[in-house]
Formats: sequence, structure tokens, C-alpha cells
Amino acid sequence: MTEEIERDVMEYDVLIVGAGPAGLSAACRLKQKSPDLEVCIVEKGSEVGAHLLSGAVFEPRALDELFPDWKEKGAPLNVPVTRDEVYFFTGETKSKKMPNAFVPAPMHNDGNYIISLGQLGRWLAEQAEELGVEIYPGFAAQDAIVEDGVVKGIVTGEMGVDKNGEPKDGHVPGMELRAKYTLFGEGCRGHIGKRLIREFGLDADVDPQHYGIGLKEIWEIDPDKHEPGLVIHGAGWPLNTSGSGGSFLYHLEDNMVAVGLIVDLNYENPYLSPFKEFQRFKHHTEIARYLEGGKRVSYGSRAITKGGLNSLPKMTLPGAALIGCDAGTLNFAKIKGNHTAMKSGMLAAEAAAEALAGGGEGGDELTGYTDAFKNSWAYEELYASRNFGASLHKFGTFKGGALNYIEQNWFKGKAPWNMHDTTPDHAATKPAEECEQIDYPRPDGKLSFDILSSVHLSNTGHEEDQPCHLKLTDPSIPIEHNLPKYAEPAQRYCPAGVYEVVEDGDGNPRFQINFANCVHCKTCDIKDPAQNITWVPPEGGGGPKYSAM
Amino acid sequence: MKVLVSVKRAIDYNVRIQIKPDGSGVVENGVKHSMNPFDEIAVEQAMRWKEAGTAEEVVAVTIGPDAAKEQLRSALAFGCDRAIHIKTDEPVQPLTAARVFEAIAQKEEPKVFMMGKQAIDDDSNQTGQMTSALLEWPQATFASEIELSGETAKVTREIDAGLETLEVDLPAVITADLRLNEPRYLKLPDIMKAKKKPIEDMSLDDLGVEAAARLETLKTTPPPTREAGVRVESVDELVAKLKEKGLV
Repeated sequence: MTEEIERDVMEYDVLIVGAGPAGLSAACRLKQKSPDLEVCIVEKGSEVGAHLLSGAVFEPRALDELFPDWKEKGAPLNVPVTRDEVYFFTGETKSKKMPNAFVPAPMHNDGNYIISLGQLGRWLAEQAEELGVEIYPGFAAQDAIVEDGVVKGIVTGEMGVDKNGEPKDGHVPGMELRAKYTLFGEGCRGHIGKRLIREFGLDADVDPQHYGIGLKEIWEIDPDKHEPGLVIHGAGWPLNTSGSGGSFLYHLEDNMVAVGLIVDLNYENPYLSPFKEFQRFKHHTEIARYLEGGKRVSYGSRAITKGGLNSLPKMTLPGAALIGCDAGTLNFAKIKGNHTAMKSGMLAAEAAAEALAGGGEGGDELTGYTDAFKNSWAYEELYASRNFGASLHKFGTFKGGALNYIEQNWFKGKAPWNMHDTTPDHAATKPAEECEQIDYPRPDGKLSFDILSSVHLSNTGHEEDQPCHLKLTDPSIPIEHNLPKYAEPAQRYCPAGVYEVVEDGDGNPRFQINFANCVHCKTCDIKDPAQNITWVPPEGGGGPKYSAM
Repeated sequence: MKVLVSVKRAIDYNVRIQIKPDGSGVVENGVKHSMNPFDEIAVEQAMRWKEAGTAEEVVAVTIGPDAAKEQLRSALAFGCDRAIHIKTDEPVQPLTAARVFEAIAQKEEPKVFMMGKQAIDDDSNQTGQMTSALLEWPQATFASEIELSGETAKVTREIDAGLETLEVDLPAVITADLRLNEPRYLKLPDIMKAKKKPIEDMSLDDLGVEAAARLETLKTTPPPTREAGVRVESVDELVAKLKEKGLV
């Protein structure tokens, strides 16, 4: 089908997919190194930042390197971390506060800032545009152009196709954006990155990738309870028995706090609902005492890539490179990925700039990127924390946590052992009959809420008359396989209520996909036990419109 | 024929509006802004005239902060030939906007001044009418169909009782209603081209307009939250409950 369409073509030196920390840093670095390069970024969100979501405690190391004068330039790093607290939550009202000396070293946050990644992204985009980068939000990269085993660029998504796939009035076909090098910075589980990793066998020599789902809300709280710069991390309740993960509460500026829960997607019980765990979590006394009397102002969710070095695929292929979480550069021990994503983007940019400086035609592998990455502090960090996730997966929050303390604080990450977790997250799901149903408390409308009022706060919208962007390889699987065996977990792992099992007119179960609610978190693409759901981009500009997540 | 079309930067319709804690207005910082949807319809109409050969030149105009350039770039990506940006960081009330548009219309001398019927931020629905009064031009508001023929325009308006058709002499101010057309998707090459089209910068002073605020906002409050409903078992119970609340 694609061959028949006449497409407009634009050519660039370097094309970047995704205006996140990795892509924007890459763009800035390219123009800093070689101002004459033509650099273009396409971004599926309706504006830069609309799809960015992160905690975020931000380590400024990469930013210091990219813009040493970021302070003068007004980068939105306004709240330095003043105090760190780490808790093991053992019940709704119980917790153990960890003495500072026992906190694994990477979890200390001196010198870091509490930020909104959305705001940082917007600021980086301004810098990039000033340097002459062309940024096009509202245009999704639909697919890579691969010719003779070389990535030549991307095709943007079509606009104006109805729900049956027929062109509507004003239909606009996709456009070809070709480049000497294409850098994919789509974030966790990027749909093109996923295809390239598979087709080019980039993950052949590494462990399966591991993921978590992060859920986050911004609250405006009572000024008397607000302590700008306070960072609280937690592990344990409510996830003790049913799954693992971690939680956070960060005090931003203007009486705002960010509260969130990350649930590891290798959880076994298909009855687990990350959304409801998050809602329940906010009732913990240590958290509720800040939120009570406050007002929730936004909600969002995004999957994170957290397999670390053991799962890091080969980052280059002919004509292209994976940067940031599209590859998986997050440091799970620090629970931070923005600084390493930025660094990977900058290193890929330097390699591309160098390759093109000598009149290179591109299309080859940017091996200079891989080499530079291996010699960088980002790699050193990932090496030091390589066992962190696997320890927690194998030994649980407490024993694994203790082992991590020993490895991080005694061995400084250079312990003489390697741990691997070779079960993909989706395969960790157990049949429903082996698991207990979880009885979640009803939301109280004060601290906890239902899913639809939450999605409402993500400002999510999609054109309704377009093809569903959540593709089922075999449409019969949800009802015939997933429902009897796993009680169709999509109903629960989706943080936006996209998937429902409803009764049709004859009282038979029917799988319903409310794609317009989708917040683009990619969890379904990761966690479906049958790997039957493929996330593809909807019409550009759709999805959440986060303002400062 | 020249067409002038006004566009306003407004908070995107997808965004859930948050009220500032002190009630002085709504939160605008970091919130996605877009071109007011009714203005998109107005721009689309102007483009259709241009493509049909009825209009030779289409000029977009906005009043607002630096960031409003984004919306002018969108208008240029639709196909407008050039744009005028009257820069101000002050909130612009309808009469100020109308005075600015009066001055711009006198300078540009368009045959048609297209506007959205109202902006979705303050829903004032006054600027078109005021502009026409200041210019002493005819006005045709809430247009759902426009036929241009030489020196007149036949405009179908959506009114409470149905549709009303007016004929106005040109030049005139015409404001667009929802069903006038469906704006197009912007194409990437057009967005690229729009970056190179000229935008003329002006200030309120250049036009001799004062930003005097005639309206004072006393307080902004969110709409009352809906109280939780109750489930009733029977019609009788429903009637009893309604009576209890004094609703029947």
C-alpha cells in the first residue's frame, strides 16, 4: 500500500524522533558542534512537553555539560533538594524510616533539583530552536524507512483517516522525512524502537528488557505542610505481597507536590491494578498527612524502561541510533533516567556530527556513539547499578534492598557478581486461578479517585473518528484466551480505563477498547500476557496534554 | 479582494481549566495554548476564498504576548499571506481589541474582516460587534454559510429560532459559527513554509490605543461540584425523593 502513495519528501542531515530529554539534548549538541547541519525533530505530542512525564528529581550533570550557563539562560531548575527521607512502608499506618547511613548511596540527592520534566523539555526546545533546530510537534513518526538494511528516515502519520481506515475530507497523507542519520528518542517502548530492536536483533546478546509503570499526580497542598526541596522515597506497602515497586513524594514550588507510585511490570497477580494501588498508597499516614486538605491538579502515567545495563540493547544500526529510554539508559538504583538519557543523546549527536564533518554521507553505524557511551560516566553509573533491579526481583524489597545497600555502599557498585532476570515481564503473569483477587477500597473522593476523573486531569483527547491505534494481532485472544486464563488483566493494568470487558446484547463478554482515553504510557504493549497488543501512534497531536508533568 | 482575519491565543480546549488559589483568574502558565477554535474556522473560510480565487490576499492579525506568534504561525501555515502581531502582555478586553482592529482595518482596508464569533477563554462574544460599530461597517455574526458576490455578502446566521439570511454591503465584519466549515489539517511542508512568511510587529502605542481595562474581574471560582447521586428502587421512591427536595 505504501508504495502507491505520492509522498512529499524532506531531507535533513539528522532527524530526531521525539522531543524528550534525549532527543532535545541531541539536537542542541548537534548544532553546537556543527551549526550548519540541518536538524529536525518530530514529536507526536501536540506541543513539546505534552507527553513528557517524570518524577522528577533531576541530576544536572548532563545539563552542566550541555549548557554550562543554564542558570543564566533560565533553565527551570528552581527547587534544589534540601532533604531526603526514605521509608519502608509496612502497612497503611506503619512505616520504618531508614536512617540516612543505611540508604543506598545512589539514592542520595544532594546537588539535585526537583523539576517538572515537561517544563525542562519546553526550555530545551527553546534552546534548540534558537540554535536553529526545526521542531514539529503534532507529527508522529509512523514508521522507519528501511532500505537495503539501512534506516533512511521516517514516514509521518496520515491525518484525516476515518475509523474504518478510509480517507476523510481534508485527508493528508504521511510525509517522508529522510536523513543521513536518524536518532530514535521515543522514550520507553517506542513503537519504532521496538520494531528496530526486533528486526535488527539489537537485543540478541542481552537479558529481556524490564519495565515499570509510573503513575503520578500533582497536588496543591496546604502551605503550612509544604517544604520545598523535600524528597520522600518509599518502598513496600501497598505493594508488599502482590508486586514490587517504589513510591515518591516531592515538594516542588508554589505549594505543589508530585506524588507517584512505580509498579514493576513483572508482577504476577493479574488482579493487581497499578492505578488502584496508587490510589490506595496516598492513604498512607506518611503521605496523607501532606495531601489532606489539598487539591489534586493533574494526573498522568508512563511506562519506564528499567532493565539497566543487563538489558541494554545494541544502540546503533545502519543509519540510526537509539537514545535515552528508547534504548533503556535509565539508572534504576538512582530511579533517574533524565540525566543519562540526555547524555546518551549528546554522545550520539557528537558521533553523528563528527561522522558528517568529514563529508560523510551517513547510513553507516555510529560506532563512535557506542564507544563514547562505554567510556562515559553514564555507563559507569549503569554498570554500578546493574544488579539493582535483579536483586529486588529475586530477593524482594527487603532482602534485595539490603543486598543493594551492601553492593552500592560497600562495593561502590563494583561487586564481583552479576545478577540476571531473564523472565520477560509479561511472562511473569500467573494464571488467575493461582492468584487471589484483590479487594481494593473504594475511592473516597478526597485522597483517592476513580479512573475516569483521573484521566480527565491528564487533558487527554483524540480525534474519535480514526482507526483504533491499539492493534490486536489476534482479536479473539482477549476473550478466548486472556479472559479465562488471566481474567484479562488489561482491564486493570491500563491506567486510563482504555480496556473493558463488557457484555454484548446476548450476555456474552466483549472486549472494548476506548482508545480515545489512551495516555500513551505503552503498558499494554509491554504487559499483555499474549503480547497481542501493539501500540501504534494515533493521529498526531492526540494523547495527553500534560502541562508540567 | 483582501480579507483580514483575527486570531486569538487561548487555552487549548482539551485542557481542564484550573482556578488560581487566590481566585484572581485561571492558571495559564505551562498550559497548552492553541488558536481559538472559532478563529480557526474563520481562517479556514478565508483560505477557501483564496483557493477559489475570490480573495487575493489574506492577512492574519493577533493581539497578545510574544507567545501569540505561535498562533500567527499556525494561521500562516493555513495559507495566510502575512501576519500582524500587536504585542502586549496586558490582558486584552473586547473594547481594546475592537479599537486595535478598527485601526488595523483602516490601515489594511479589507473587504471582509473575518473573526471567530467568540473566544473560548472569556466567551465574551463582543469584539466582532464592537469592531463593526467602531468602523461603522455592517456586521453579520454567527455565520454558518457565506456567499460573496462583488460588493455584497449573503450570510446565513444561526439564531435561536433557526436560520436567518442577511445581505450585507462590503466591507463588513463577519463572525464564524461552529458549522461554517471544518478546518483542515496543517501539512508539515506548509508549517515549514510558514516560518519564512513575514510577521509585522506593532504595539498598542503605534496604533494610539490605550489598554484601559473597563471591566474588573472580582473573583474567579470553579463551577460547583456535583453532589453524589442516590440510587432509588422504584418510581414511587423517585417521586417521593423529588418531592422531598421540592423539585416537583
